[in-house]
Amino acid sequence: MTTPLISAQAIEKSYTKGEHKVPVLRGAGLTAQRGEFISVVGQSGSGKSTLLHVMGLLDEPDIGEVLLEGRRIDNLNQSARDQLRNHVFGFIFQFYHLLPELTLLENVMMPLMIRHSFFSYFSKRREVRDQAMSMLQQVGLEHRVKHRPSELSGGEMQRGAIARALIGEPEILLADEPTGNLDTATGGEIMDTLKRLNEVNQLTIVMVTHDEAIARQAHRIVRLAEGRIATISDQKAA
Amino acid sequence: MYKLLLCFRYLRTRYIALASIVSVMLGVATMIVVNSVMAGFTSEMRDRIHGFLADIVVESRSMDGLPDADAQMAIVREAAGDLIAAMTPTVEVPGMIHYTDPATGETFTLPVQLVGIDPGGKAEVGPLKDYLASFQPEMKDGVVLRESERSADQPVTFELTQKAAAYRRMVKQKQLQYLNGNQSDRILNRLKPSNSNGNVAAQTTPPPDFDEPVPFPEFDPMPTPETAVAVAAETPSAAETVPAGDSRSSDLPDFDAPMKRQVADVDPTTPASARVFIGEQITSYRWTDPETGVTHTENMVIPGDDVIITTVRSSTPPEPSHFTATVVDTFRSGMSEYDSSLVLMNLEELQNSRGMIVDGVDAITTIQIRLHNYDDAEEVVKRLQAAFPPGEVSVKTWEAKQGLLLSAVEVETAILNVLLFMIIAVAGFGILAIFFMIVVEKTRDIGILKSLGASSGGIMSIFLSYGVGLGVVGSAAGVAIGILFIRFINEIEDVLSWITGRKVFDPDIYYFNEIPTKMSTLMVIWVAIGAIGIAVLASVLPARRASRLHPVRSLRYE
Repeated sequence: MTTPLISAQAIEKSYTKGEHKVPVLRGAGLTAQRGEFISVVGQSGSGKSTLLHVMGLLDEPDIGEVLLEGRRIDNLNQSARDQLRNHVFGFIFQFYHLLPELTLLENVMMPLMIRHSFFSYFSKRREVRDQAMSMLQQVGLEHRVKHRPSELSGGEMQRGAIARALIGEPEILLADEPTGNLDTATGGEIMDTLKRLNEVNQLTIVMVTHDEAIARQAHRIVRLAEGRIATISDQKAA
Repeated sequence: MYKLLLCFRYLRTRYIALASIVSVMLGVATMIVVNSVMAGFTSEMRDRIHGFLADIVVESRSMDGLPDADAQMAIVREAAGDLIAAMTPTVEVPGMIHYTDPATGETFTLPVQLVGIDPGGKAEVGPLKDYLASFQPEMKDGVVLRESERSADQPVTFELTQKAAAYRRMVKQKQLQYLNGNQSDRILNRLKPSNSNGNVAAQTTPPPDFDEPVPFPEFDPMPTPETAVAVAAETPSAAETVPAGDSRSSDLPDFDAPMKRQVADVDPTTPASARVFIGEQITSYRWTDPETGVTHTENMVIPGDDVIITTVRSSTPPEPSHFTATVVDTFRSGMSEYDSSLVLMNLEELQNSRGMIVDGVDAITTIQIRLHNYDDAEEVVKRLQAAFPPGEVSVKTWEAKQGLLLSAVEVETAILNVLLFMIIAVAGFGILAIFFMIVVEKTRDIGILKSLGASSGGIMSIFLSYGVGLGVVGSAAGVAIGILFIRFINEIEDVLSWITGRKVFDPDIYYFNEIPTKMSTLMVIWVAIGAIGIAVLASVLPARRASRLHPVRSLRYE
């Protein structure tokens, strides 16, 4: 068996709320092969978002480890984790999370701006710009580049967020309820975009959702309940 | 790169930040304005203090002075002649001045510092001409009313100006006429000789009646010391220009014969041999017209009038000595301390009346020295201290002489600066509060940036550079406003006076026609740097907080 692209093993994570320790993950794990499209479903509080955050190095597990191509990454130092987030992972959130002060184009360019230092960005600014423009073209937003997020619709914002997540050419796209805030039709468009990315670009996608209909569009569905893996159902096989 | 982009974007879109900018701006502008005005006043004041003091003053420790001015000056010249531009001997003793207000007949006796000077020499060690009224054009409300009585190229002397001489003649004639018209036998008797004299004087002006021949040969225009004494004896009554004030003279015992003869010899319009320049505030008072609010200065003694000076002779025990002196001029140095206590007098006359001339050798108490370059002052002081016998003199720079006053002003400026810097510090706390607000508001964005791979340091530098940006913009605006304010301070003062209806800056009180300002580039730079520094300091805490935000926690709850 080939080394999985990313693998979270026996993750335990709890938050302290006041004096109480609230366990969120109790030994959940997830493994994704390159090019896989996995959905994680579960009830609110089942820990699916936390699992996603731990995998994307936004959070640290209390126990357990996260492996990227067989190498442990959850215990790296802060700057290495920042680098990995910038290079390897792309994030999409339920609330799009575009920066309100920046135009759509600037939002999309942001990961590359973060990646490059001031001078290297300056020398590559045309390149970065073209890249961002072509990314926006892919998601069909080339006519709205100068707009602020507040002037965009929900679907447009989510497509902008996808463009931003992809501009850094990540290996894994982590999507946290990408359709959660959208109507069915728009959500469908977003899912189409994600599926196309998965098929055409062989992008590995881990998507958290609570919508069964959305979840079924993935290759594999991982069900979380109370911080543990309940079932894994393979859609392809089925 | 994203740091700068975001920083600029935040600067442009967060209007709450304007509040911080305005507070920094006001603090900086206030500091610049206050500092410039303080520096302006201080340097003006230093000039004025310096003006009368000369660069270096060699003072005898005893009031009897040092014998032989020339010998003492030779010592000075020998010790440091190469560094000295000019020097002049003076006699400085305490004294009293006694004069009568012609309007009310009130008499005033005030303690003064008598300074015997050689006018030419004194004018060389300090800007004496700039202070004397007769060298200044007559001004009213900032407009030249009359050209100055003496032109600037004339030397300073103890001669009366034409105007003062004419005034004196007029007053003395009036006096004589009045006394002539008085029917009291005693007074008539007493003044018979001066009757003729009065007519002599009247001859120069259109004579009303001229019935007695005048003994011209007896008329001595240049009074000798004896006649001066006579004048001195005569003037207590003569000085009382108001008729009512003459009651005292009628109480005087009868004049003896020789005195009468001497009085007869002297033309009372001739000024006394002792001549003085008096500080303007000694013989003037200020009053404010309650209806118009305008402040007037009333001079009770004007050039041409006589005053009585009392001082001590240089003998043991010191005995009082008094004489009449004619006021030749008034001076205004702008230093109240000087203008209300100094009386400049002709040196020889003061030496004479104090008995300081023994066998033709005159004694002096002080040598005033002007240097080519004031930077040499310490060196010259050292050399002079070594040159004179120990304990005989004290050698001081003008700064050392007024050290207390100068250091008081310095302390005042320093305290003011500390207090004003507090204003900027307050602005700093404003920035701190506003920044915390912005950080809270931007929590989500910080999470996003972190999820995109931004480092904590990067997040921190966004907010730090935001702080720098606020500081720079605020300081720049503050510097601009401060400089404009200083540039147009007098116009602003006019507007303020117009709005409030009363003079904010009364030139009569401060002696300045304009508010003096002196802006130093270094001060402006320091203020700006300080303000930026405070803005940065104030943004450190919020920036640290922002950088430590946990990416998930800042993203999680909507």
